[in-house]
Amino acid sequence: MTKELREKFKKEAMKTIKKSGTPQMDVDLSKFSAEQQSEIEISDLEQVDEEFKKILLNVGVDPQQKERSGTYIQTGNQVAFCKTKSDKVEVLPIAVALEKYEWLQDYYWKAVSVDTDRYTAETELTENLQGYFIHAKKGAKDIFPLQSCLFLDIEGMKQIVHNIIIAEEESELNLITGCTVHPNVRKALHLGVSEFYLKKNSKISFTMIHYWSDKSEVRPRTAIIQEEGSVYNSNYIVMSPVRSLQSNPIAYLNGDGAKSYFQTLVYAKQDSYIDVGSRAVLNGKNSKSEMISRIIATGKSHVIARALIQGNASGATGHLECQGLVLSPNARIHAIPEIDATNPNVTLTHEAAVGKIAEEQIMYLMSRGLNEDEARDLIIGGFLEADTSHLPKELAEETKKLINIASEAEG
Amino acid sequence: MLRIQNLTVSVNHGNGRKILRDFNLNIDEGETHVLLGPNGSGKSTLIYTILGYPGYIIESGSIFFKGKNITNLPTNQRVDLGIGTLFQHAPKVPGVKLKNLMNVCGEKRGERTQKGANEESALEDGCEDLDEQTRKIAKDLNFPLEFLERDVNVGFSGGEIKRSEIMQMMALKPDLLLIDEPDSGVDVENLVLIGKVLRKLLQRDEIPSRQTKAGLIITHLGYILQYLGTLDRAHILLNGRIICSGNPQIIIESVKKFGFDECKICEANQISLECRD
Ligand SMILES: Nc1ncnc2c1ncn2[C@@H]1O[C@H](COP(=O)(O)OP(=O)(O)OP(=O)(O)O)[C@@H](O)[C@H]1O
Ligand SMILES: [Mg+2]
Repeated sequence: MTKELREKFKKEAMKTIKKSGTPQMDVDLSKFSAEQQSEIEISDLEQVDEEFKKILLNVGVDPQQKERSGTYIQTGNQVAFCKTKSDKVEVLPIAVALEKYEWLQDYYWKAVSVDTDRYTAETELTENLQGYFIHAKKGAKDIFPLQSCLFLDIEGMKQIVHNIIIAEEESELNLITGCTVHPNVRKALHLGVSEFYLKKNSKISFTMIHYWSDKSEVRPRTAIIQEEGSVYNSNYIVMSPVRSLQSNPIAYLNGDGAKSYFQTLVYAKQDSYIDVGSRAVLNGKNSKSEMISRIIATGKSHVIARALIQGNASGATGHLECQGLVLSPNARIHAIPEIDATNPNVTLTHEAAVGKIAEEQIMYLMSRGLNEDEARDLIIGGFLEADTSHLPKELAEETKKLINIASEAEG
Repeated sequence: MLRIQNLTVSVNHGNGRKILRDFNLNIDEGETHVLLGPNGSGKSTLIYTILGYPGYIIESGSIFFKGKNITNLPTNQRVDLGIGTLFQHAPKVPGVKLKNLMNVCGEKRGERTQKGANEESALEDGCEDLDEQTRKIAKDLNFPLEFLERDVNVGFSGGEIKRSEIMQMMALKPDLLLIDEPDSGVDVENLVLIGKVLRKLLQRDEIPSRQTKAGLIITHLGYILQYLGTLDRAHILLNGRIICSGNPQIIIESVKKFGFDECKICEANQISLECRD
């Protein structure tokens, strides 16, 4: 990257470092440290100890790399492992990639803007920038997913990640990313910028699982830019307790016929404060977005479920759906579905229902012979099962498996 | 099998209005009855009351099933005794796959047949387990197998919901089948299919001494009836009461000809085709 550009970004970041996110949910960045070095080093992924293996498996990362086309593991702010088996898909630490490819600077802070808020600013200002660069070359079609794990293993640590993912024309990319902490870590901060670029007729399927601890603060910032005919498919799963989490990715469907699907599954526990959502801006003719979120809130958790689809181009269609079950007297789900048509030829719809399980549903199951408790359990048990019909087969199976693991986890 | 005596029912939020008034009905083993009546006359209310849905308040009267007073039994226990329902409006149930609900129905049938009231088999012919039975039933009904993986009624069309209802009844195989408008919103091809299935579930083609099932069919247009063979009785429900009972053919023909307006005259003059049961 040119020095001038770097300085320009740094300058903007300096100006932004105090700016609150939207909506405001401030984390005091100075309370966390990026200094300490993580103790984990991985030379041979297959030889990692049982404990670490379990941590990885919990978030969908298979140390055996069976049915995986590559692996990126970041512990704290170090790249612990980075390899790909494929010659059509490149995986590099972002710092290395920016050195290696000058053209990559055109994608750096392009989808997400550096002056978004203090979290993007902090990401730019960090001394030791890490994250992954994934590049699917033209026409590349690897069936097996690439896996990555962003792992925090030191109490009070702040992890800063900047990812760039590019799918060139006609390529297909399947990704699993798991973000998690060591079982002994309670307090941690994760900042993650992810910029996705989908070229003409490319496809990215992205399953992301978050597995935090009760004092973690989490602020990802994600944007997706889609060209003609591209398909972006996101599954976001968070089922462990967390102190506070704010995530609201935005997809710009700029090309004609581009499609995006967002599925969000949240099981909020204890005191978790979770503000999640997704946004799609339909700029391309006949572009289309669907968003589905399913949320269960227990304990004293508070979930804000956002969704926004804006239809700007002729033939654009969008549908959003939010279903939430509030299962305890101190839990709360606040759904904010928004649809915004700026063109007469768009169709946008939404459906939202939050609260207890509808009596008519329980009665219906009772009319098939279940008692009331069995009826309730059947509904809750299946409520967070993912709809994987949009996903390629390999990723669909993995995603289902992950949801099972996550929903069985203690909390 | 089903005996309803002097039943008066009001509904929550109904301002105390009585939807069923001093209602009586008897359906014996082996019989299938038809219930006709204008919109809002209380047909669906009758079904929900037989099932014991909350919100349907029994002011007086009783319901007996197989000789047992079920008036205050929870819904699922009525189902355990052998009552199954095909609803006019079945709700969506996000979180429950159709496959799983089919298996619930199949299990309940297994539990019932094990108690051994009659010699019914717990599974459909040639099926080893519930999953296989579910797939067989879906195939028999031309229901795409991938629908089994979807949440019950979520994104189903009207006709698909009806078929899902029928499939569940095929798995449950109840002794008393309550059927609320099986023919509304169903195309001709599926109507034939549904008719065939109901005919079998209600044992319409068995010799009378082997007919052990009973049924109550609510229909407006009667399209479904032509596929069901001989039926035992028809009733007309008006203002919460059966005002007329008798030979199904005669009653249906006359309703088709005159509508329910003529019935209102009968009601006013206390005339009926036969004595009320
Ligand atoms: N839960 C309820 N709360 C208030 N009113 C109700 C309720 N359920 C039924 N009713 C009223 O009771 C009357 C009978 O309704 P019901 O659904 O039983 O009619 P129906 O004969 O099945 O009509 P349709 O032919 O339209 O299906 C109607 O006037 C209806 O509005
Ligand atoms: Mg009705």
